Amino acid sequence: MNWIEIVSIFAAAVAVSFGAIGPALGEGRAVAAAMDAIARQPEAAGTISRTLFVGLAMIETMAIYCLVIALIVLFANPFIH
Amino acid sequence: MIDSPLSTKVVFTVGSIPITEPVVVTWGIMAALALAGGLATRSLTLRPSRYQAVLELIVGATEEQIRNTMRVAPKPYVPLIGTLFLFILTANWSSLIPGIEPPTAHLETDAALGVIVFFAIIYFGVRARGFGGYLKTFAEPSIVMIPLNVVETLTRTFSLIVRLFGNVMSGVFIIAIILSLAGLLVPIPLMALELLVGAIQAYIFTVLAMVFIGSAVAEDRADRSRKGTGS
Repeated sequence: MNWIEIVSIFAAAVAVSFGAIGPALGEGRAVAAAMDAIARQPEAAGTISRTLFVGLAMIETMAIYCLVIALIVLFANPFIH
Repeated sequence: MIDSPLSTKVVFTVGSIPITEPVVVTWGIMAALALAGGLATRSLTLRPSRYQAVLELIVGATEEQIRNTMRVAPKPYVPLIGTLFLFILTANWSSLIPGIEPPTAHLETDAALGVIVFFAIIYFGVRARGFGGYLKTFAEPSIVMIPLNVVETLTRTFSLIVRLFGNVMSGVFIIAIILSLAGLLVPIPLMALELLVGAIQAYIFTVLAMVFIGSAVAEDRADRSRKGTGS
């Protein structure tokens, strides 16, 4: 195992771990705000939760990007032949 | 699917063209949807039967969504948007059948869907504003924004592709890893979660396609920035 592969595995781990922090905080805030809104206005729960799901998926995309980068580094690394 | 998620398995070759597994599954889904659609619309009556009522519910919900999101008459957009949603939903849920991997878990299928949306945006934009009028939207709000608007057009299509690919593929991948570690019955809760994710991602893909097309045909750009163009 040469050093490029070792660095690749390390880079994938770093990408996923740090890429998960931001979306996790963001999703927490989004859900908290949605809960607050539903508690204040229960009749708008349908609209709020639908928008929440779309927003959560948008935020989650950031983590998914990091996952895709990690998988490219692991499985389709251009520097490993 | 424990090996590389970026590679595809070749099932057979026609001449020199390799036919991969996602292509076969995609054609199977297309055939199933076309067959179901053909059978369901064969005998439409004024007093709907039970199947026709379900069908009308789906079409009505699609029209309502388009009207809410794009704020235009939904008629020209229903075929594209509805087909996109039904195809992606069926593709994401096709993993319920044992031995079948969802074709959306491979980058090529998602890229094809993204390219369809990309050209649909241009087509509907040109149809609503004319060629010059569509090109002029790139120079809004000011002429300095042209490079940014061009880049945005490309990157939002790209993010549409990677979002669907990443979500579906990560689900399939995680289930495969759990299955290899823990064995039978353990991945079932994850598969249930995957059904939810699949439905949400199908919904989001179509909503974003609607928002993008809506921004191309909308009257002014201020309207578009209020609705949000997404990343």
